[in-house]
Amino acid sequence: MKKLAAFLGATAVVAAMSSAAYAARTDLVLGVVLEPPHLDPTAGAAAAIDEIVYANVFEGLTRIGQNGEVQPALAESWEISDDGKSYTFKLREGVTFHDGTSFEAEDVKFTLERAMADDSTNAQKVLFSAIESVEAVDPATLKVTLDHPQGSFLYNMGWGDAVVVAPETADGNKEKPVGTGPFKFENWAKGSSVTIVKNPDYWGEPVALDKAEFRFIPDAAAAIPALLSGDVHAFPMFPADAVTQVQGDPRFEVVIGATEGETILATNNGKEPFNDLKVRQAIAHALNRDEIIMGASNGFGVPIGSHFSPANEAYVDLTGTYPYDVEKAKALLAEAGYPDGFSGTLKLPPPAYARQGGEVVASQLREIGIDLEIVPVEWAQWLEQVFTNKDYDLTIVSHTEPNDINIYARDDYYFNYDNDAFDAVIEELDRVSDPDKRNELYAKAQRIIAEDAVNGFMFQLPKTGVWDAKLEGMWENMPIQANDLTGVRWAE
Amino acid sequence: MSLDPVFIAGPERHILRQALSNRSFLIGLAIVALVAAMAIVSFVWTPHDITRLQVSDRMQGLSLAYPFGTDHLGRDILSMIMIGARNSIAVAILAVGIGIGLGVPLGCWAAARGGWLDEAVMRVNDLVFAFPALLSAVMITAIFGPSAINAIIAIGIFNVPVFARVARAGALAIWPREYVLAARASGKGRFLITVEHILPNIASVLLVQGTIQFALGILAEAGLSYLGLGAQPPMPSWGRMLFDAQTRMVVAPHLALFPGLAIVVTVLGLNLLGDGLRDVLDPRVRRQR
Amino acid sequence: MIPYLAKRLLTGLLTLLAASIIVFSVLEVLPGDPARIMLGMNASPEALAALRMEMGIDQPVLARYLDWVAGLATGDFGRSYTYSTPVIDLIAERVAVSLPLALLALALSTLIALPVGVYAASRRGTLSDTLTMGLAQVGVAIPNFWFAMLLVYVFAVGLRLVPAGGFPGWDQGILQGLAALLLPAVSLALPQAAILARVTRSAMLEVLGEDYIRTARAKGLPRRAVLWRHALRNALIPVLTIMGLQFAFLLAGTIIIENVFYLPGLGRLVFQAISQRDLIVVEGVVMLLVATVIAVNMLVDVCYAIADPRLRTAR
Repeated sequence: MKKLAAFLGATAVVAAMSSAAYAARTDLVLGVVLEPPHLDPTAGAAAAIDEIVYANVFEGLTRIGQNGEVQPALAESWEISDDGKSYTFKLREGVTFHDGTSFEAEDVKFTLERAMADDSTNAQKVLFSAIESVEAVDPATLKVTLDHPQGSFLYNMGWGDAVVVAPETADGNKEKPVGTGPFKFENWAKGSSVTIVKNPDYWGEPVALDKAEFRFIPDAAAAIPALLSGDVHAFPMFPADAVTQVQGDPRFEVVIGATEGETILATNNGKEPFNDLKVRQAIAHALNRDEIIMGASNGFGVPIGSHFSPANEAYVDLTGTYPYDVEKAKALLAEAGYPDGFSGTLKLPPPAYARQGGEVVASQLREIGIDLEIVPVEWAQWLEQVFTNKDYDLTIVSHTEPNDINIYARDDYYFNYDNDAFDAVIEELDRVSDPDKRNELYAKAQRIIAEDAVNGFMFQLPKTGVWDAKLEGMWENMPIQANDLTGVRWAE
Repeated sequence: MSLDPVFIAGPERHILRQALSNRSFLIGLAIVALVAAMAIVSFVWTPHDITRLQVSDRMQGLSLAYPFGTDHLGRDILSMIMIGARNSIAVAILAVGIGIGLGVPLGCWAAARGGWLDEAVMRVNDLVFAFPALLSAVMITAIFGPSAINAIIAIGIFNVPVFARVARAGALAIWPREYVLAARASGKGRFLITVEHILPNIASVLLVQGTIQFALGILAEAGLSYLGLGAQPPMPSWGRMLFDAQTRMVVAPHLALFPGLAIVVTVLGLNLLGDGLRDVLDPRVRRQR
Repeated sequence: MIPYLAKRLLTGLLTLLAASIIVFSVLEVLPGDPARIMLGMNASPEALAALRMEMGIDQPVLARYLDWVAGLATGDFGRSYTYSTPVIDLIAERVAVSLPLALLALALSTLIALPVGVYAASRRGTLSDTLTMGLAQVGVAIPNFWFAMLLVYVFAVGLRLVPAGGFPGWDQGILQGLAALLLPAVSLALPQAAILARVTRSAMLEVLGEDYIRTARAKGLPRRAVLWRHALRNALIPVLTIMGLQFAFLLAGTIIIENVFYLPGLGRLVFQAISQRDLIVVEGVVMLLVATVIAVNMLVDVCYAIADPRLRTAR
């Protein structure tokens, strides 16, 4: 017994020592859900890559700010020709990559051409589709010519998939990323964490942190003890269910922000009976968004009535298009020829919002006679069965790419939705750059898919951030998938 | 392994009396009967309907209306544990069934034929044993999709070599016995001898082993469904209840307490029953006490 | 003994070969395209094809199998699709967590189980025997992940004595590493200890009934000496068998515990690799585990021979 006491005493001393270093902290341990497959944002779609390297290790011509706005980054400024087809970027000078080589217009040219190339493995090639040619006028000037005016071009260049890489190191970025950012990659302990350290030669304002560790904690359950025990200082995306457990604890700050994730009951519009508008309207009437939000994400999250983020200035509140009304839903279903309902499947990918939200949705649709079999799938299966082969009835998923209402215009997209009027709006959007006109077109697009009840529009996925109360500068919202640490510091 | 099959020969009333005075057996039987009763009752009645979610009643503590509280979707924990018992028992029984159904014939066949066939069966047994069971079960459910059926298959596969081994060892001990030799001499075939003489004699060993595998099956099912690879909603399972409870343990520890206790009690009951059965049926153990 | 070992070695190798066929063909039918998973929803067909070629998964099945087995034989486990590093490096990193964890758990379990088992056997039929064996019964019935959850909340969250999970890496110091493995090891060890204690007790009871023990006692040897020196030594055979099985289980069966404590061990590597369809990693780890089980079983057999000279001559 004495030995046990001595042992416990010793561990207590170790614990005390580690908390003694608390006062002058410049290190940070951040908990993230997923481990990235590699660290090259220009060669993979995984959000987990951007969540580590975007703005920290890699920078692009432009960058997306805290509220989704386009800011200058490696391009100091730019000029757009009158026909909207030619962009001349003035690049920052005196910038070096982490390996010491200097950053010049040729690097950007290389980056863009690499992404556009036929054998490119860039997951968002569509971002570069409008580019006709890239020219390095001089080391600090870059001219990009588009084959048609594109309203979102500067925004596109701010994506993680468009960050600038150096020709010398591009092939090694998956393992050892070399960028121009304020942090340098240091170490990747596979399965455990990625560590980045301050870049002393950074061109811009130096960061306050000396070292930041992204620790992979895939389990919601493991996240709570990690936070409560002080092992991890911040969770940009804390499991929504667990927030209740730390709310009111003065050690932590809970910040509920918004993501770009429209969480929808995606519907196979090409399959019976979901190809019938009345059936889709019935489903829309049967969904009780408040209960879904309560069950799926612990009550956090803003209801949406279309595929658009409430944080966007072009947002229109369409949640009243088909209000919750079970009787109306049953009537519509009967009109469509299904007075006794029907049965189908609901495929659910792994995140809690889908698995838990799915149970609520299934229960609500059962009320109007639609009997859903819940089929849980891994992401691998979801991508293959639902996304690629469109072998599904209903599924729940959050579309986290920003401003992605244009997916409804894509041919052969997994919603199997086809509406020429909608396609025309999106086509026009691509050419218009006047902000007012764009907002108007966005509103029109939102209305069309809301009225067509293409999918069950449920809620905007919340960003449930929880971190040490002494930490400043963490992003409240998540306009893009990133954990920008450039402004993060510990309070004195 | 030395098995002594003579114990079956004793009068059955004697065994019954033994059983009724065996504490392990009685406690185990009582617990198992209770869990089974709970599962059966759940077919016709549960305190609440757990398929109709009352999200507004979520995360409630213990009360008269909800004796064990409610979960994150407002479902009654007691009702879920009752229906979960059904799931656990069904998965474990069927997994044991697969093990007995395939393993016992294999083991008996190997013992009856001997030679290369025996060797082959045993090598295949070793092969299955060499695979990490839980990890392989995870792979199997990942391939065929998570569901109760696939959990049964995944657990069942690893029961096959267990029963094959036990059946073979038991059968090998009986084949050289005089009455078997006599039966052979009178021209009876191996199959008939196995059915008439071997199986009745190894039944009690199989029963004891079955109880143990049953308990292991309940634990394995809990582990798989904790990983999300077992029965799927709306069917509740104890393992998944524990998984769901984990993120809420600080504010609602009862969510983790009751399903955990349900597993412990059930497995304990089965193990006690198995121990008791062995004491009663196997005189070798009895002598030691 | 040598021919016996040679025969064991041969069957072991054949088992491995059979296992490699099973593992490879089972994973071949796993749905999901690794390239699609890496590039995500909006990947273009050209990008997918380019990546598939880069990963070598556009080759025919048989060619890939032969390639893989030939690699295994020379210690080359291939390259991970997702991490694009050699699989053997990934495995080595994880073994550095899983192996110490398994050994720690086995040590804890043995340290608890042997004294308890011997004690209970020596007090057969008394209240303390009934109580300890009753506790052991409960221990066997507790799911280790549930026990782990309870431990985390008491010792990491409540008392803040040890980390709640994660692994700092051995380069951060042995003590830190051990502290991170303590709770996982305890939660793994308890149910194993309960099983081992029961086995030890019954093995001891069997031995204690033998004539030579009675003779030893009659010769006036002290009770303790008889119990520990003579009886336990002879009871070790079944105990060793169980320990061998437990070690194999602990190395491979920690997948749930690794999830609870988010330890970067072998189990989670496989779990993760399955969901990302990084099949070559799954295949590599499973083969390694199968080989371990076979090796451990052989080792246990050799230990038998050492613990019991009678077996040595018999063979």
